[in-house]
Amino acid sequence: MGDFLLSAGAFIVLMVALGLVRVARGPGRAERMMAAQLLGTGAIGALLLFGAASGDGAMFDVALTLALLSAFASIAFVKFALRQDQKVPDDDTEEGAR
Amino acid sequence: MSAILDAFSIVAIVAGLVFFLAGTVGLLRFPDAYTRLHALTKADNLGVALVVIGLLPQMDGVLAALKLVLVWLLVMLSSAAVSQLIARSVRRQEFSE
Repeated sequence: MGDFLLSAGAFIVLMVALGLVRVARGPGRAERMMAAQLLGTGAIGALLLFGAASGDGAMFDVALTLALLSAFASIAFVKFALRQDQKVPDDDTEEGAR
Repeated sequence: MSAILDAFSIVAIVAGLVFFLAGTVGLLRFPDAYTRLHALTKADNLGVALVVIGLLPQMDGVLAALKLVLVWLLVMLSSAAVSQLIARSVRRQEFSE
């Protein structure tokens, strides 16, 4: 079972590495961020598999932390990086009402 | 009994891997931002979900299993929020151009 879990994790890492081609090709910033999002999710999946294979409980804590951090990375990106491109003003009133 | 649980784990994890493969291929091959986001969220939700479901029988105690479910819920929550935000910002960019 351990070998299967390890190879499954390696497969996910390989898939995420292939997905990073999208970072190089672009075309937009949003696509690059999507590849980073896939990287975060894939890393969580791979960490869970490796943690189960090795029996090391600390891996799950790392996966939990990564789940939080990758969400914050994407939210910060949407909030700051994309807004710099916009020519129209933000509808902040709409967001404040929510 | 443990052979059945192992078989269940393998089936669920392989199904999760298929979704990771589909997410990566979709991210690389789909034509525009929205369809790529669609492919990405499949990998996010179903890929991690099936991997977690497959790993649940392999856990030692209830606490470790609960931690796995917590990771899954957190990934679902954040990927749902982030895909909404990315889609909205892409749409706004299209309108502002």
